[in-house]
Amino acid sequence: MSAVVSPIREPLIEGGKSYRQITEDICSPTESAPNVAWIVAFIISVAALAFYVFCVVWTVWVGIGSWNLNRTIGWGWDITNFVWWIGIGHAGTLISAILLLFRQKWRTGVNRAAEAMTIFAVMCAGQFPLIHMGRLWLGFFIFPYPNTRGPLWVNFNSPLLWDVFAISTYFTVSLLFWYTGLVPDFATLRDRAKGIRKNIYNFLSFGWTGAAKHWQRFESLSLVLAGLATPLVLSVHTIVSFDFATSVIPGWHTTIFPPYFVAGAIFSGFAMVQTLMVITRKVLKLEQYITLGHIESMNKVILVTGTIVGVAYLTELFIAWYSGYIYEQYAFYNRVMGPYYWSYIGMMSCNVLSPQIFWWKKMRRSIFVTFVMSIFVNIGMWFERFVIIATTLARDYLPSSWSYYTPTWVEIGLFVGTLGLFFTLYLIFTRTAPVVAVAEVKAILKSAGDQYLEPNARHAAKVVKEEVETQA
Amino acid sequence: MSKENKDVLYGLYDDEEVLLKAVDQANAGHLEIMDVFSPFPVHGLDPKLGLSESRLHIAGFVFGAIGTLTAFLFMTWVFTRDWPIIFGGKPYWSVPAFIPITFELTVLFASIGMVVTFYTICGMAPGIWNPILDDRITDDKFCIAFDVTGSEEAEKEKLKSFFTASGASEVNTKTI
Repeated sequence: MSAVVSPIREPLIEGGKSYRQITEDICSPTESAPNVAWIVAFIISVAALAFYVFCVVWTVWVGIGSWNLNRTIGWGWDITNFVWWIGIGHAGTLISAILLLFRQKWRTGVNRAAEAMTIFAVMCAGQFPLIHMGRLWLGFFIFPYPNTRGPLWVNFNSPLLWDVFAISTYFTVSLLFWYTGLVPDFATLRDRAKGIRKNIYNFLSFGWTGAAKHWQRFESLSLVLAGLATPLVLSVHTIVSFDFATSVIPGWHTTIFPPYFVAGAIFSGFAMVQTLMVITRKVLKLEQYITLGHIESMNKVILVTGTIVGVAYLTELFIAWYSGYIYEQYAFYNRVMGPYYWSYIGMMSCNVLSPQIFWWKKMRRSIFVTFVMSIFVNIGMWFERFVIIATTLARDYLPSSWSYYTPTWVEIGLFVGTLGLFFTLYLIFTRTAPVVAVAEVKAILKSAGDQYLEPNARHAAKVVKEEVETQA
Repeated sequence: MSKENKDVLYGLYDDEEVLLKAVDQANAGHLEIMDVFSPFPVHGLDPKLGLSESRLHIAGFVFGAIGTLTAFLFMTWVFTRDWPIIFGGKPYWSVPAFIPITFELTVLFASIGMVVTFYTICGMAPGIWNPILDDRITDDKFCIAFDVTGSEEAEKEKLKSFFTASGASEVNTKTI
C-alpha cells in the first residue's frame, strides 16, 4: 500500500502524526476565537480596503484626471499593479496543477493556501483594467454581447480582448479547482461542528459523504482539471505579455516576452506564497505540515525562475545591441540609464542578484532569509513591470513628447488598497477554511510521514532482496 | 438513491490497510458491500469493489469540444458574415488571431462542464443533506456498509461476525 520513499527524502509531515491529529491540528484554528494578532491585522487590512473604496469613488467622481497619466505615458501604476497581481496569481495553480502532474508530494502542504492566494490576487488584478477605464460602469462593453449598435462586436483580434478571456477563464477555473478540493475538507469541518456551524459547513460541503465512487470521480476530476489548468496558467501570462509584445513600441515589441513573463510570474507568485506561508505556519502552528523542506523546495523554484528572468533581462540587452538598430538600442539604453534608472537598479538587484543567495542550503532553510527575500522579490517584480511600462512610454517616438510620470496619492491609494483587499480576504480564509488540504495530507501520510520513512525503506529493501533471491 | 429508508449495518476500521484486507475477505465470503466510505481516496480499493473507471474525463472532452466549436465558429461568423472589419490589413478570417480565445473557451467549457457533471452525478449540491453514517468518516475512520433492509437476524449475525473477524473497531446499525 504505502509507496516506497527513499529514506534520503525528507519527511513531509513531521511529529509522528495520526489521521486524527492531522484533522485536529488543521481544523482547530477555524473553531476558536481569533487571537489579538489576527484582529489587529484584520483591522489594518479592512482600513486599507476602505481607503481603496474611497480612491475608486474619487477616481470615478473626479475622473481619470485625478491620476498623473499624461498623453505620452498612458499606462502607469494601474497596469503595473495589474500585471504584478496577475503574476502573483500564478503560483497557486502552478503548485496545484503542474506539481500534481509531476507527482510532487510536497505540494499538498501548501497548495490550499497558495490557490486561495491565487484567487485573491486575480481578484485584485481584475480591479485595475476596470478602474482604468474611468467609466467603469461601462465595463461590460468588453464582452461580446448582442447590442443595439448593429450588433457591433468586440475585436477578437486584439490581445487586450484575449486578456479579458484569459483572465476570466483563469479566475473561473482556479476557483472551481480550489473549491472542489475544499469540499471534502468542508465536510470534515461539518462533521466536527455543531448547531448553525454544521448547517453552514454542510451547505459549503455540498453534502459530501466520502463514498468510494465519489472519491474515484473526485480524483479523476482533479487530474483532468490539473491537465487543463497547466496550459491555462502558461497561457494567461503569455497573453498578458501579448498586450505589450504585439504592440509596435520599441522595448515592448519582442518575442522574448511570453516565456520571460511566465517565468517572472512564477517567480513573484512563489515569493508571495513564501511571505504568506512563513507567517501562516507560525501563527496557526502548522510547522509540522509546512516544513523547512517545503520552504526549501519553494526557494529552489525562486532561485531557478529568478535566474531565468535574469537571463531574459540580459538577452534583451544583448539582442538590442546585436540588432544594430539605433532606435531599438536607444530603447534599452533608456531603460538602464534613462530617467527611471533607479527602477532598473531596483529590479536587477531584487530579482536577479538577491535570489542568488539561495545557492546556499543554509540560506534556503533560513526562515528569516526566506521572508526578507520574498519581500525583495515582490518589490523587484513590481519594479520590473514599472520599468517595462513607464520607462518605455516616457521616451516615445517624438522627443518633443517625452515626458515623466509620478503617481498621485489616488494611484498610490489604489495600490495600497488592493493590498488591503488581498489581506482581508486571506485573513478571512485562514479563519473559515482549512489552510492545508486535510484529505490530501492524510493520503500521503503513509508514504511521507516521518514515522513511516524508516519502516517503508526497510520493507522495500526486504522486497528487493527477496526478488533478487527468487531470480537467482 | 431510492426514497425508502434503508437499514445499514456498518463497521468502522482504523486503518486503510485493514480496510483493504477486510474488503478482500468480504469478497471471498460473497458478502454484498453497499458502499465504502473513507476520509481520503484509498488507492487499490476500486478494483476490489468492482468499480469501473470513471468516465468523467469523456464528459470533459465533450464539453471542451463544444467550447472549441463555440468560440471558433462564433468568431468566424462575426468576422466573415455578420460584421466583417479589416484590422491591420489582415484577412477577415484571420485564424491565428482566433487561437487564444478558442483555447481559453475550450478550457472554460471543459472545466465548468466537468465540475457541474461531477456534482450532479454524485448527488451533491449546496444545501443537500446526504445521509452520513458516522461523523468520524471524514476524520480518521474507514467504513464498510451493508444494506440490511429486511434481512434475517442470521444474515446480520453473519455480517457482524465478518466485522469482528476482519478487525473492525466498531459495528453499528443506522437507518438512513
